[in-house]
This record gives sequence, structure tokens and C-alpha cells, in this order.
Amino acid sequence: MRHTIKVAFVALFVFGLALGNFSSTGVKAAGMEKMTETDKRAKDPRNKNYRVGDKASGYVYMTSQTRDMQDDDFSNPAFTWVDLGESLWKKVQGSAGKSCFSCHNSASFSMKGAANNFPRYDSNRKRLISLQHKINDELTKKMGAKKWKWESTNMLGMAAYIKLQSRGKPVTVQIGGKAKPFFEKGKKFFNQRRGLLDMACKHCHVDNAGNMARSNVLSEAQVNGFPTYRFKWQKPGSLHRRFIGCNKNIRAKPYKRGSEEYTNLELYMAWRSSGLKWETPAVRN
Amino acid sequence: MARKPRVKVPKSAKKGDVILIKTLAPHKMETGQRKNKKTGKKIPRLIINKFDVTFNGKEVVSADLHPAIAANPYLAFNYRVVESGTFKFVWTDDKGKTVTVEKSLKAG
Repeated sequence: MRHTIKVAFVALFVFGLALGNFSSTGVKAAGMEKMTETDKRAKDPRNKNYRVGDKASGYVYMTSQTRDMQDDDFSNPAFTWVDLGESLWKKVQGSAGKSCFSCHNSASFSMKGAANNFPRYDSNRKRLISLQHKINDELTKKMGAKKWKWESTNMLGMAAYIKLQSRGKPVTVQIGGKAKPFFEKGKKFFNQRRGLLDMACKHCHVDNAGNMARSNVLSEAQVNGFPTYRFKWQKPGSLHRRFIGCNKNIRAKPYKRGSEEYTNLELYMAWRSSGLKWETPAVRN
Repeated sequence: MARKPRVKVPKSAKKGDVILIKTLAPHKMETGQRKNKKTGKKIPRLIINKFDVTFNGKEVVSADLHPAIAANPYLAFNYRVVESGTFKFVWTDDKGKTVTVEKSLKAG
């Protein structure tokens, strides 16, 4: 008697294991068990617009609540910065008595696709420049105004406003010509181990994309949503700020915003995102 | 240059219709619980504590806000359209600073 009970237990146990396996592969009928958060994210019907080939935008890795915020321009908090950028576009500033509008006219027309032009080679500096460098060049050289700090409210607003005009267009950056050696440097940076943890960007964002790093899902590090509103920051931030955060996480000494290293990396990462649609300003956690 | 609140009111609506009005005010909403990491001193509370909406001078919505409300408070409410007029949205923060936005509505 005792023996049979034992056998029954073992049988039950094995059966349970089998069931467990089934549920994890998703064979079990829907509704029998609550969907996990990861499943929910993977099965969101909105995903198809944010996947191109084997690439997936960071959108795919966000919770449905975060996606809702991004989908509705009103609830997207970054748009208060965009509104500011819009008003700055038409604001006359500097000694030349000009605004962006006086030369470029309406941004919705002139800045369409401008996000794809950066980073690009600048013959004066003999290095790559980002959109932020370009904005400051325009401010100081053409308008006679003071330049903005990289992470200032004005700069974030203007960068987001300009990149917003390219929203929905696929990312296509130019990596040939004079930008080529800088692109290679950026690529090297991405694959170079660094910091106390001795990790490269690729170890998280290529090899482990979709896995958890503590409580966060690692994304593929696609840059089509920057400047991005992050809940952690409670404000939008530039891509270079994100680089600094990542570098600190692996206990590496970060470079400065706008530094050559980060601008090279920005070009390589923009190239990695080729084909995905611009989402600026995206909402991420 | 400070950021301005966002307010979404339909330009026109039929009389008797119920419309959804959305507002989002950019604000840090400092709770008063956080400490300055370097000095160890508490950062004083600074939140939007009052939100008022009037339509043609008549009160529509009035809300008292408290700490634990997230930064950039998003507030939305329904409104039944009676007549044409102007909405006046006022946010007041702990320092007594107010931000006002006006939006007109045409009832047809």
C-alpha cells in the first residue's frame, strides 16, 4: 500500500513537471494561467510596427503602460519639452536678430528627415558632430547668441523638436566617405570591453537583449527614440547621457557629453538602428 | 524659458455633449522627503498644491494636490457643454506661483 502511494506521488510529480514545461513553452490553453509580463510584452499587437528584420525598437521591450504613454502625444511627457522647442524655433535671439525660423522657415518642412543627417563629418573640427553640436554652431556663428549646454532644457527641447519632424521615417545614416574611419572607431567602442566589470556594449545589448539585468529587461540599444523621456530621469535625456549611465553601470569612467568618443559611437549605433522608424521623443523606463 | 502646461480642449462641440478635457502641467513635484546627496539636507517640498478650472468665471473643477503625486501631473475630466466661452486653467504651487492657460470653446 505504502509503495503504491509512493509511486503515485512520483507519477504526479512527473506529470506536474511535464505540465510545468508545457506552460513555459506556451502550449497550455490561454487563460488558464496569468500571462507573465514578458509574454505580454512579446505578444503586444503593436510590436509589428516596431520590428524591422531582426531588429526591435526599445518600444517592444516596454510595458504596455509605457507604450500607451508614447502612443498618445498628449500623455507623452516629453512633449512639454517639444512645445518649448517649437517656441524657441520662432524666438528671435542673439545679436543677428534672427530666429531659426527666419532662415529655415517651418521646421515641419525644412527639418523633415534631418535626424538622419547626424552625426556627420565636420570639416572645421575634423571630427563627427551631433545635432547638438550643429544647433550650437548655428546659435553662436549665425545668430550671435549664447550656446546651450548639452543637457539643458532648451537643448533637449530643440533637439527633440527637430528630430520629431523625422518621426515615422526609417533611420538611414551616411557612414561612407570621411565619416568612415570615425564609424569604425564607434564600432570598436561598441565591441571593446571596458570598466571594472570588463564588459562591452554588445555583451548586454547584442548577446543578452531580452534577458533581465536585475529587474530590467535589456533592450537592443536602438537609438531611434532619442532624446528619450525616461521615468528614471523624470525628463528627456540625450543619447550621450544614456551612454554615461551605461558606462557607469559597468564601472567604467564615462566620457563627456559631446565628446568625440560618444559621437563616433552615436554614428555606429544609429547605423545599427537602420531601418527602424524614428520615434523621437520615445518613452522608456 | 520655462515649459508651459499642455491643455487639450476641443475647439467646438455640440450643446449637451460631454467632452474630455486633458491637462498636463510640467512640474518637478518635489515631495519634501528627498535628501540632497551631498549635503544630507532635506530638499524642501515644492509641489503644485492646487488646480482650478473655471468656465466663464464659474468653477468647473477644483483639486487639492498632495505629495505622492508624480511629477508632471496629468489631470483629465469630463465636461458637459452648455454654452460658448473660455476655460481658465490655473495651477498654484507651494511658493504661490501660478501658471494660467486659457482655452476657448465654441458650442454649436
